[in-house]
Amino acid sequence: MEIARPASAGTMESSDAYVEIEPREDGLEIQLESVVLDQFGDAIEQAVREVLEAMGVERALVRVADRGALDCVIRARVEAAVLRGRGDG
Amino acid sequence: MRRSMLFLPGNSPNLLVNAACLGADAVIFDLEDAVSPAEKDAARILVRSTMGHMDFCGCETIVRINAVDTPYWQLDIDAVLPEGPGLLMVPKAGTAEDVRTVEAYVTRQEARLGLASGAVGLMPLIETALGVENAFAIATCSPRVRALFLGAEDLTADLQCRRTKEGREIAYARSRLVMAARAAGVEVYDTPFTDVNDDEGARSDALTAKSLGFTGKAAISPRHLAAINEVFSPTAEEIDYAYEVMEAIAAAQRQGKGAVALRGKMIDAPIVARARRTIATAQALGLGREEQV
Repeated sequence: MEIARPASAGTMESSDAYVEIEPREDGLEIQLESVVLDQFGDAIEQAVREVLEAMGVERALVRVADRGALDCVIRARVEAAVLRGRGDG
Repeated sequence: MRRSMLFLPGNSPNLLVNAACLGADAVIFDLEDAVSPAEKDAARILVRSTMGHMDFCGCETIVRINAVDTPYWQLDIDAVLPEGPGLLMVPKAGTAEDVRTVEAYVTRQEARLGLASGAVGLMPLIETALGVENAFAIATCSPRVRALFLGAEDLTADLQCRRTKEGREIAYARSRLVMAARAAGVEVYDTPFTDVNDDEGARSDALTAKSLGFTGKAAISPRHLAAINEVFSPTAEEIDYAYEVMEAIAAAQRQGKGAVALRGKMIDAPIVARARRTIATAQALGLGREEQV
């Protein structure tokens, strides 16, 4: 799936995550900001990558501002951002 | 058992992920009024993801989809059906046809997804004058209809009257819905009390609903759940009486008696039926006795 336009999903409220996605020439770049980066940074990035892979996104810049979101919330916000930014959407 | 149902906005993660520990027997993930049109897509995905990943520890999950006159309701069903919601709440149910439209789509999607046919029940939300007038037809239009639900905010707008705490303006609708639901053999749930800071008002409103025959009541604030749960639970005295009724019936059968009296009153079939329901509820709440009556 191609990302055709910048898009975002989620909020900066507690227990949520704000996810932005943009088109990128090559590969995936994930930028992560979280108050629990040291403890859960790897797990959050893994969740983001799994969603992107499942949706067939191979080229995109993804920024995640985590506000203590659970795994299922982060996955949902990434999915929503991808669908909002996709080329055929 | 659904004494209480708590509405939770479908796009608010901090509420959704805590759904199991707020004290409600059931939670209603709201994709309709609580979600702006621009966020319908994100809320739908969030509710699906939360339902798929969280353990709600026995708290039933219900989803309020969007109304059939919107472009959203089929997408809502597509998203949440695989996660096995206890019920789908169908808003703005004005006619039996509205509910049959949803039923037909759910049936098609169950088959397409390989899900058990008929597993998901529907709870039409009656919130228009037309819906109240058609309540029995709606309650009996499909075996998927498991309950009716009264929505007083939209109803009073439709009736062109003011919504009050006392609720005189919805007295007819309440009684009409209870009558229709009981005649149809389905459950019936009362509208939320919307002043979240008025605990005594919420309790009084729950007592009114209970006295009219409602099965339970919804809330928009966790603050009201304890009062609702208490009002819709049998009291210790009611439980004791129910067991006395069943013991009196059993004794009469052993003695070959036809008529049974208890505390000076005849025990007839409706009293036995009520006693059975009380005991079933008590057992579900862990308040029953060990011996099976």
